[in-house]
Amino acid sequence: MSAVERLASEPLLRVTDLSRWYGSIVGCRDVSFEMHPGEVLGIVGESGSGKTTLLKCLSGHLEPTSGQVEFDTRRHGMSDIYGLSEPDRRRMQREDWGFVHQNPRDGLRMRVSGGANVAEPLMNLGRRHYGEMRSATIAWLDRVELDTSRIDDKPRNFSGGMQQRIQVARNLIHGPKLVFMDEPTGGLDVSVQARLLDLMRELVRDLGLAVIIVTHDMAVARLMADRLLVMRRGEVVETGLTDQVLDDPQHAYTQLLVSSVLQI
Amino acid sequence: MSAAESRPNEAERYYNYAYLDEQTKRMIRRAILKALAIPGYQAPFGSREMPVPYGWGTGGIQLTAAIIGPDDVYKCIDQGADDTTNAVSIRKFFARVADVATTDNTAEATIIQTRHRIPEQPLKAGQVLVFQVPQPEPLRGLEARETETRAMHAYEEYGLQYVSLYENISAFGRIAATAGYPVMVEERYLMSPSPIPKFDNPKMDDNEAILLFGAGREKRIYAIPPHTRVRSLDFEDYPFEVQTWEENCALCGAEDSYLDEVVLDDAGNRMFVCSDSHHCGQRRAEGHVGPMAGHQLANPVAEDGQ
Repeated sequence: MSAVERLASEPLLRVTDLSRWYGSIVGCRDVSFEMHPGEVLGIVGESGSGKTTLLKCLSGHLEPTSGQVEFDTRRHGMSDIYGLSEPDRRRMQREDWGFVHQNPRDGLRMRVSGGANVAEPLMNLGRRHYGEMRSATIAWLDRVELDTSRIDDKPRNFSGGMQQRIQVARNLIHGPKLVFMDEPTGGLDVSVQARLLDLMRELVRDLGLAVIIVTHDMAVARLMADRLLVMRRGEVVETGLTDQVLDDPQHAYTQLLVSSVLQI
Repeated sequence: MSAAESRPNEAERYYNYAYLDEQTKRMIRRAILKALAIPGYQAPFGSREMPVPYGWGTGGIQLTAAIIGPDDVYKCIDQGADDTTNAVSIRKFFARVADVATTDNTAEATIIQTRHRIPEQPLKAGQVLVFQVPQPEPLRGLEARETETRAMHAYEEYGLQYVSLYENISAFGRIAATAGYPVMVEERYLMSPSPIPKFDNPKMDDNEAILLFGAGREKRIYAIPPHTRVRSLDFEDYPFEVQTWEENCALCGAEDSYLDEVVLDDAGNRMFVCSDSHHCGQRRAEGHVGPMAGHQLANPVAEDGQ
């Protein structure tokens, strides 16, 4: 999808004046933006800038203090996700979304095999044919470049990078419209990080997925994101196309952020 | 369950009848009614301390104590047998505190308390089968949070239970789980049938009797009223199956009952016998003969007279 077509299409996600307070402490304040299908949005900022709070609010895990999050759901059309009933919201999260956690232990069931982890979203959608789910799982493990003969190994027997690949497969197998990623490459060494990023970029482009990726790593943002939101003290201080923001930062904080990236 | 005939020293005898105080029994009866009204739903109740440890049947004992009356006939089995330690002691307990007649005979009993089996002989309307349940939550092994499992029940999100079956097939090539095999009740609530063998699962479907389940430590009661649909979970390409044996019962020759393997010596000799001791004895009395009929195991030491 070209950038022009994308802008012409209906928004997938619309966030209006979203604020979240923890008592008198601000988590994020007055955030508004729109996202279109197939777009990859990066949220960058330093620790404590409200990235994770914003992601939790967007992904339905933390109700905002004020403001709205509207999403183009498959079953209910464009609707405020916190206006849906709890079962409808949970079903929408299962069917339309994926969530890749920073720590694979948060996103995987460590007691069951990697294959069952990948197949679980299908069972949650009501699939009841073992053979079909098994072959879909094998196809996805292959797609994320894992050794398919290790399908029945427990997640703890995989390396960190492999666990993250299992998590990616688990969150894409059911064909979501939008995937949230919270520091998906944090905690991995640079070579593994590079290969995982490469893989995710390919998958996102192939599937035409919309992705919201939270990161403090400018290199990840540069590689993955079409558009960036720069956050500081709970507020969005700058938005724009990734290359534009990183190559010609306007806000003083963004300039500081970009200039802080270590060069080798 | 019905009013007592006039008996000597009635006031003393029926003060705190059947061990529990009257308020507790009322509370448990309310939970039972709620459980019967919502088949398969785990109704919470204020489980009391009982004179046996958790895991020895405290849930089942409390259920029995709440529903038993002087005219009831009580049977208690453990793994199908009437003559095991646990069954004998619980049966004696109710013979003493509830002043009821006890029996081994499945057909004669009005209340049957059981651990890990459903009797072979079909149950009839008017009978109550009370199960002892260690873990009422079938999803607990996969989801540790009670808040989350309650939401899953409320919203009928049961995909997770299939993950355990999926794991079974991946590891063993078939659904190898044999006991506590999860069931759907009236296509609404997912339920653990307590650790009965899956051989007994089909008996729960459209059963004439009332099936009550009590978990003392976990403080939950659930129930299957008569003539309720109970379906064991499975995959389209791996349908539900029950255990089968190549042998028949060594004592009574039964082909269709659940068999226990009994090791006889160190030389590898063994025999398969009915786990339901009353069923086996009744068949032998009717003249059925198995390949090892007359073995000393067929004549256990008689229980002390009560």
